[in-house]
Amino acid sequence: MNIQTSRRRFLTGLIIAVALPGLARAQQKSGAAAFFNELPGGSDEMSANAFIRVAPDNTVTVLIKHIEFGQGPYTGLTTLVAEEMDADWSQMRAAAAPADVELYANLAMGMQGTGGSTAMANSFMQMRKAGAGARAMLVAAAAERFGVPVDQITVEKGIVKAGDQSASFGELAEAAARQTAPEDPPVKDPGDFTLIGTDLPKVDSSAKTDGSALFTLDVYRDGMLTVVVAHPPKFGARVASYDDSAAMQVQGVRKVAQIPSGVAVYADNTFAALKGRDALTVEWDESEAETRSTETMIAEWTSAAKAGGEWEVEKSGDVDAALTGAEIVESTYVFPYLAHGPMEPLDAVVELRDDEAEIWMGSQMQTGDQAIFAKILGVDKVDLHTMLAGGSFGRRATPDCHLAAEAAEIAKTNGKGAIKLMWTREDDMQGGYYRPLTVHHIRAALNEQGGIEAWDHGIAAQSVVIGTPFEQMLQGGPDFTAFEGANELRYKTANHRLRWAKMDSPVPTLWWRSVGHTHTGFAVECFIDELLEKSGKDPVEGRLALLGEEQAREKAVLTRVAEMADQSGDFGYGVAVVKSFGTYVAQIAEIEDRGGVPHARRVWCAVDCGTAVNPNVIRAQMEGGIGYGISAALHSEVTFDEGGLIRQRNWDSYRILRISEMPSIEVAILPSTAEPTGVGEPGTPPIAPAIANGWRRMTGTALRRLPIIPVA
Amino acid sequence: MPISFTVNGEERSVDVNPGTPLLWVLRDELRLTGTKFGCGIAQCGACTIHLDGMTRRSCVTPISMAEGSDITTIEGLEGPEADAVQAAWRAIDVPQCGYCQSGQIMTATSLLQQIASPSDEDIDNAMAGNICRCATYVRIRQAIHDAAKTLEG
Amino acid sequence: MTRFSLSVAMTLALAAPLAAQDLRMPADFENIENETERSAALFEEMGKVLTHPRCLNCHPKDSPTQGDDMHPHEPPVIRGDADFGAAGMNCTTCHGPENFETTGVGGIESIPGHEPWSLAPVEMAWVDLSLGEICAQLKDPERNGGRSLEELHEHMAEDGLVGWGWEPGAGRTPAPGSQDLFGELTRAWIDTGAACPS
Repeated sequence: MNIQTSRRRFLTGLIIAVALPGLARAQQKSGAAAFFNELPGGSDEMSANAFIRVAPDNTVTVLIKHIEFGQGPYTGLTTLVAEEMDADWSQMRAAAAPADVELYANLAMGMQGTGGSTAMANSFMQMRKAGAGARAMLVAAAAERFGVPVDQITVEKGIVKAGDQSASFGELAEAAARQTAPEDPPVKDPGDFTLIGTDLPKVDSSAKTDGSALFTLDVYRDGMLTVVVAHPPKFGARVASYDDSAAMQVQGVRKVAQIPSGVAVYADNTFAALKGRDALTVEWDESEAETRSTETMIAEWTSAAKAGGEWEVEKSGDVDAALTGAEIVESTYVFPYLAHGPMEPLDAVVELRDDEAEIWMGSQMQTGDQAIFAKILGVDKVDLHTMLAGGSFGRRATPDCHLAAEAAEIAKTNGKGAIKLMWTREDDMQGGYYRPLTVHHIRAALNEQGGIEAWDHGIAAQSVVIGTPFEQMLQGGPDFTAFEGANELRYKTANHRLRWAKMDSPVPTLWWRSVGHTHTGFAVECFIDELLEKSGKDPVEGRLALLGEEQAREKAVLTRVAEMADQSGDFGYGVAVVKSFGTYVAQIAEIEDRGGVPHARRVWCAVDCGTAVNPNVIRAQMEGGIGYGISAALHSEVTFDEGGLIRQRNWDSYRILRISEMPSIEVAILPSTAEPTGVGEPGTPPIAPAIANGWRRMTGTALRRLPIIPVA
Repeated sequence: MPISFTVNGEERSVDVNPGTPLLWVLRDELRLTGTKFGCGIAQCGACTIHLDGMTRRSCVTPISMAEGSDITTIEGLEGPEADAVQAAWRAIDVPQCGYCQSGQIMTATSLLQQIASPSDEDIDNAMAGNICRCATYVRIRQAIHDAAKTLEG
Repeated sequence: MTRFSLSVAMTLALAAPLAAQDLRMPADFENIENETERSAALFEEMGKVLTHPRCLNCHPKDSPTQGDDMHPHEPPVIRGDADFGAAGMNCTTCHGPENFETTGVGGIESIPGHEPWSLAPVEMAWVDLSLGEICAQLKDPERNGGRSLEELHEHMAEDGLVGWGWEPGAGRTPAPGSQDLFGELTRAWIDTGAACPS
């Protein structure tokens, strides 16, 4: 079915399709909202679509511009549309939008991509407007059909009514497609919401319990070769030479080729590719490799943090003067490199044709990935299907688009046809793009009332952003991702200074779920807790007293979590509050001594993320964020031997949380009518300091280096 | 030499390197992609299937070992325990990214087949080998209890 | 700064792998004239096998250990009622009938396997026992699976799972000597009165 459309009309997000040619089978149990594994391109008109498709079968499909990897945009954005359309939840479907920056840019980024917990925040009005516009077109079509003015028409649960006449969305779809899309349709008053704010069942739960949900690794194309790459064993090393004679003897291996990132082995199937890679002999040029051990790096980073660093990020009053002659409290906090460890290792499928390429990938930065594919493959048209991804936590959002580049180089060397690039778990653990190794040094002086007279904070860390295509967003300033959360210090201090020492290493670093807050939250919340204990103050009351009027939302979550927490047990109790990505989260952890190490038994969590679109998803993100944070608090680190070899390879050496270590969790969502903010990341930062604070208050021992239980 | 076995009730025969892990036979040859790759060394449980009625990590199972065996994957999982587990999973929206959940469900179903009403400790012991990086563990525990209650009737 | 170690064993994780050890033959002990002393000496030689990580890892009090440093088994596993793990996660969930060589991994070169594969019963736990205590335990039918000395010899000399200790798969140090030699030492120990070291 051909649909008259214009580019501008697409941009308003209002397109009603009357047919969905070739659309993949919806992944659903009967009668439930669902999603499509893939939205294939039909005709050109169909592939250039906007946000909403209403089909004659009465389904409403919402094209989701953000990647779904568990944080819930398929459900959340579909909810916004259903709300404004007055649709029935069971008729709703979600599908990944094609990669197209003109239509599907993240309004907070100016490019199509997901990050910074912005999916809901930037889509909230856009998707509601889209839904409201679609509703207006359906209503206009109904008015014509019923022969009544539009103001006599009501819509409820997907049924359009006037008097005793009624029609479903599906019945009206074709006529609605001929209506003019309104330019700026009004949206509902929040008081009229019927779906927003309710625990609607997620659209993807069903397909994720019967094995039918498709991820990139599940894509198979005719004649496709599977490719694994031998990567350098040290960061900064490069291929000097290689011998593929044994690899080529492995049955099923088709080709071995050097690419910029290593040596690629192409095979008929995965096992042959892996065997082929095992049989390779590669000599590496390590002349520019990182050869320092982790302990050496920590010593250097610690010196730099103590010295303060070249970037003076914030300064108020005169810290040096205030500290002179005062009784100084000081702490050094050490945080390791961390791998993100998504359950689905990085992967991509590329099918190269004469003058175009089709890509299947869990792309978190579609615009960048698309451009890299186009550039390396030398094609103008790159159709990128954003697949469900088995976790990311930041890993799939690389400014340099290195995975897309690697997949493109592999495809280019192969020529026409399809390839699947697969990273193994070892490639993932040893592949870099880690949360940066970071050292904090804080010195403070208290006055007689326990007020903070001076707070002098030095942070040593590599930059995630400088030296990447994203550097321009810093406009010559320091990389805020290295210290965010330590700046704009929430606690009142008379004299304050924050300095950042930019460290350098060939080890590539990246944002890791909650970015700078992963370490600033720990340093600030552990240090303030020690200061409060020193001055004999209650951790909650003491914090509240140091927070100002402008921190009303921090105060509210802190007060709420203190009300929730049952602190009557014979355990340690620790509190922390962190604002990240516009969302406020306070947590209290109940800690027991399990064989000499802290175990969180129960965690209470209060969150203020503005309007709660789907409270169930928010609770799930808090639970998962807490679990992710405990992994890092207790177990995870990437370390290097003297010489630079990476010690960790797989889950046996890069340990993460298992079910026996998971606390029970109670989450309270503060009521709010503010615009929604993100929930994917903000649950993570408070838990590690809450655990450490509970442990210190119970045992007297402060924990200042993570992880608490190193593997070796 | 072809190797023959039953998958989800169907007789299958493959002619591959006998050292090939069952995981890659299921995925690359039989296109049963619900069984996932997560580590390759039996650390994470994403590849869990049932082999002759018992949980088995398919990533460390050479296909030669499957000769004559009866294999069930997530696509063919059925029976009262499986139905209860999958319904409980959906009811409280356990999955986040969803990648590990096939393996979680295979293990949870096996647990309930052996212990009708498992304690938290039984659950922790059975599920200890199934990693969920999204840390949906709170809901996994809850869903297994819910499924056990459903089965009690 | 404070960091905890999960256990003393964990701190040994960086220790170098054990070198393959030799095992002396019964004839090497003929110069010990006193038969009881000779028997005890033979047992001490057997002890090189009995206390080797390949054997001790699956003769624990509760959960098995792994590696030459005997770190806690990862993923975490329990003994279970039948010395066979938990319901839903038995030993055979991961351990097959034969050692399985991994591909494309590095690091962990193989997953151990044997038919059958299970923990030694808890009454046969050796971890933390002295050699003399292990010896006394081995001779006690209450704590050796009801075996006579002859049956004990058969177990040591012929049991397949015991024999796995000498063929533990790629990336693992085998137990010292060979199962045949271990059987001969056991034979000689029994023939000399099965004395225990003090």
